[in-house]
Amino acid sequence: MYPYIPNTKEDEQRMLETIGFDSIDDLFSDIPEDLVLDRELDLKPSMSELEVANYITKLSKENTTINDLTCFLGAGAYDHYIPSIIGHILSRSEFYTSYTPYQAEMSQGTLQYIFEYQSLICKLTGMDVSNASLYDGGTAVAEAAFMASNITRKDEIVVSKTVNPQSREVLKTYAHLQGIKVIEVEDNGGVTDLDKLKANVSDKTAAVIVQNPNFFGIIEDIEAIEEIAHSQRRTLLIASVDPISLGILKTPASLGVDIVVGEGQALGMPLNFGGPYLGFIATNKSHMRRLPGRIVGQTIDAEENRAFVLTLQAREQHIRREKATSNICSNQGMLTLAAAVYFVTLGKKGLREVSLQATQKAHYAMNKITESGNYKPLFDKPFFKEFAITSSIDADEINGKLLEEKILGGYPLGEKYPQYENGILYAVTEKRSKDEIDRLSSVLEGMI
Amino acid sequence: MRKYNKLIFELSKPGRTAYRLPENDVEEIAVEELIPAEYLNDDELDLPEVSEVDIIRHYTNLSNKNFGVDTGFYPLGSCTMKYNPKVNEDMAGLEGFVNIHPLQPEETVQGALRLMYELDQALCEIAGMDKMTLQPAAGAHGELTGLTLIKAYHENRGDTNRTKIIIPDSAHGTNPATAIMAGFDTIEIKSTEEGIVDIESLKAALSDEVAGLMLTNPNTLGLFEKNIREMADLVHECGGLLYYDGANANAILGKARPGDMGFDVVHFNIHKTFSTPHGGGGPGSGPVGVKDILLDFLPTPTVEKDGDRYYLDYDRPKSVGRMKDFHGHFNVLVKAYTYILTMGRDGLERASEWAVLNANYLAHKLKDHYNVQEDAIFKHEFVLAGLKDALSEVTTLDVAKRLLDYGYHPPTVYFPLIVNEAIMPEPTETESVETLEEFAEALIKIAEEAKEDPEILKEAPHETPVRRVNETQAARNPILKYEG
Amino acid sequence: MKVVKGLYYTEDHEWLKVDGDEAYIGLSDYAQDALGDIVYVDLPEEDDEFDKEEGFAAVESVKAAADVYMPVGGTITAINEDLFDNPELLNEDPYENWIVKIDIADKDELDELMTSEEYEKFLDEEV
Repeated sequence: MYPYIPNTKEDEQRMLETIGFDSIDDLFSDIPEDLVLDRELDLKPSMSELEVANYITKLSKENTTINDLTCFLGAGAYDHYIPSIIGHILSRSEFYTSYTPYQAEMSQGTLQYIFEYQSLICKLTGMDVSNASLYDGGTAVAEAAFMASNITRKDEIVVSKTVNPQSREVLKTYAHLQGIKVIEVEDNGGVTDLDKLKANVSDKTAAVIVQNPNFFGIIEDIEAIEEIAHSQRRTLLIASVDPISLGILKTPASLGVDIVVGEGQALGMPLNFGGPYLGFIATNKSHMRRLPGRIVGQTIDAEENRAFVLTLQAREQHIRREKATSNICSNQGMLTLAAAVYFVTLGKKGLREVSLQATQKAHYAMNKITESGNYKPLFDKPFFKEFAITSSIDADEINGKLLEEKILGGYPLGEKYPQYENGILYAVTEKRSKDEIDRLSSVLEGMI
Repeated sequence: MRKYNKLIFELSKPGRTAYRLPENDVEEIAVEELIPAEYLNDDELDLPEVSEVDIIRHYTNLSNKNFGVDTGFYPLGSCTMKYNPKVNEDMAGLEGFVNIHPLQPEETVQGALRLMYELDQALCEIAGMDKMTLQPAAGAHGELTGLTLIKAYHENRGDTNRTKIIIPDSAHGTNPATAIMAGFDTIEIKSTEEGIVDIESLKAALSDEVAGLMLTNPNTLGLFEKNIREMADLVHECGGLLYYDGANANAILGKARPGDMGFDVVHFNIHKTFSTPHGGGGPGSGPVGVKDILLDFLPTPTVEKDGDRYYLDYDRPKSVGRMKDFHGHFNVLVKAYTYILTMGRDGLERASEWAVLNANYLAHKLKDHYNVQEDAIFKHEFVLAGLKDALSEVTTLDVAKRLLDYGYHPPTVYFPLIVNEAIMPEPTETESVETLEEFAEALIKIAEEAKEDPEILKEAPHETPVRRVNETQAARNPILKYEG
Repeated sequence: MKVVKGLYYTEDHEWLKVDGDEAYIGLSDYAQDALGDIVYVDLPEEDDEFDKEEGFAAVESVKAAADVYMPVGGTITAINEDLFDNPELLNEDPYENWIVKIDIADKDELDELMTSEEYEKFLDEEV
């Protein structure tokens, strides 16, 4: 018996008789014989819930978690505190067992939380319009590049190498499909090299893409970059931002950014070995009809009550097919709910406090680690919650030693940035305590 | 119950809070001394101030204005809204899966990698393919991954003239949108009267410019494309590859495999076929499986096994690169693997059998009142061409809206495009015969109402938290955020 | 469906009204009715050049979207900016509310279009 199949053997007989078939096999008689699988699938037979749970739980225990370790690893996925309330709201099955709110009248719950999510993203970034999510930060960068290319009808993208290497890899995979040229600009001391940027931006440039704070945790001079990007007619500026940083940093809108994207994992989503996370994208009103993906709008119902509905759907694949702005259909709906609840739980003061504590603890960690002079800051620029350290010791050796001491070390920069061979990028969130940071520092000192 | 109609912003009151952080235990230095003032925002954040109780009540009230599979029957065609087993959620919520960082050293995440590897193998067996990538985030993302692989295959052979993808007129909208996104042009081919691909139309579309064919089988009319072998041979002979859109795979588990039909690359919609929740729109997951000829091009990293050790293989020189960050929607994959183990080889096959029997039974129940294709064996879904002998002003949209009053989520409507006034139910295997009968009764009652009292349909829904929503106003004067 | 005499028509349901070397282009009554409530018109920019049968604008309703094609080749000399804020004008009076004005590249191409009588016949027989 299968708990998820309610019909019985007797039902089967009665139903087959009703429709005039002798057997279930007859219902598959339209499949040509040479295509019918003439054996059972080579999988295990069905199991009880207890047996399955025992096995899957065993696999889960073969992992070491960030509760077993102290996490100083970031590089795009962060160990921020997740308020308990988020999991409880997400576990309401009226939310999670529904689908895309095609039928507005029985989906007002989903539609309203997406509308609130869009509003919150706009408030945080200062932009006019947000969509209802993209898959993650990396694909959001790529979608923004496509969007810019469509708007400007140009086919070169200039991207700073201080943008997350993973996002750039996704960008390059996508760009190749449409014959869009991606030009990467080197860093200079941990920030985008402005002279090189200027040299590569031309009238062919659809967009300049930067990340802020950048992959090294450093705050870029967006005003200067904006000036370079907008020196060309129609060229757009795309910025990938850490939403937590906007608790203290200037809004992308106030800096002249045209399309804001980013990874929303830090907004109340567990690490989950890399997903699902949340890609966000927001832009100005003038570009709203070029946005990819779903958008929820406010309207009225037949009795003139406030109501919400999917709107501007003519951009989308189910209506526009070949001419759609993107092929995205399923998105990250549940994660927009997580982000919305995170925003309102922390609220006006809380998000700023998370941002501030992360900044202060990261700076404390940086000072502590470099105090003795055995470890040196790789860069000397203002940073947010991540910073790079270098030393004479191999990064893998350091991380191996830290792991023995139950510390999850930082991200080794050498592979993606050979010029920073022994560099390690540490992330410090508001969750890290002084004791934990001191212990990291003392284990590091002990290796000298 | 009182109607709840507040936005979270309207609950805000200065001084309220729903969080508390520990005291900062490192020395507090003013942020202006750490970060230059020119980078800092002088303004307060414009976020609401609410208490935890406010938030819980707000979202609980919103959830009461929603409808999910747990609420009732949700026969949304081509979306496979089957029941989402609760043990899946528990397994995906295990500490050992939730709290691991995607960049942790491999020796600390052996359980996660093993799960991915075993799922990869199980999906390959179900699809008849050789290797999967679990990276794609959703079905459409799987499609994009698949076409990226097809493009890489032709490019690697120096066959750069192949710029076209063939797509049937009954295809999901994502297919043509994906083809364009992947830098191809599309050739639309026609369906026969019967509703399957017209072979002559396919033949006419073939040339040395064709990169591949995208097809879902069974197709969106719920019909098995019985000529698939011949189609595959034709496409292969002209140098193209075949892409299988797995949106409708719930019909054929253990019965037939895309790999055996001649497909070279396949995606599964994990959130459809393998029971993971649709999440109000997502997250889904869209693993892509390939035959050996495409193996080299798979996105990095793949999950591999060496002796007892599982690892991520980044050393793939011919790879197309990355399709997304990290390793895919791991949390969704845990649910899918839990489901596959629970159902096993016997249960998966049984699921398809019941999905098909339920669909044919429901079609039979409706055939006197709605236009159903005669003498067809449907697979997991079928398409009604609107009401039989209805008044001209009553549309499929009205039928769908009236269904809301009867407490059902309507089927997919106005799709596929080749059927007038289309209504597409997909009951899935997790619904009982009683549910199907009650649903059929409701649809029959609506058919009668359409003749006797069409206004009740035109003005539907009547019983929902809001009445019929004005979509025209929403699109003409877009209000896309709270302005307060 | 209303068909106005003296205009040229296409099988894609655009109309064209000659004005010296220039011409106004719009959507026929049949087209606006088939689309339903029009919610947005995506317009080209002045000086954009298009070939005959090339898409130069898009018209969106709630549940559909259609490209608008050039009946003849030409250069855009004016766009109907009223349509930005009031796309419903195309529903209300499709023949009064043109979409763009163009400079006709080759007047010989006009001969390939349908007259109002031919278009009426086309609607009767083909659609």
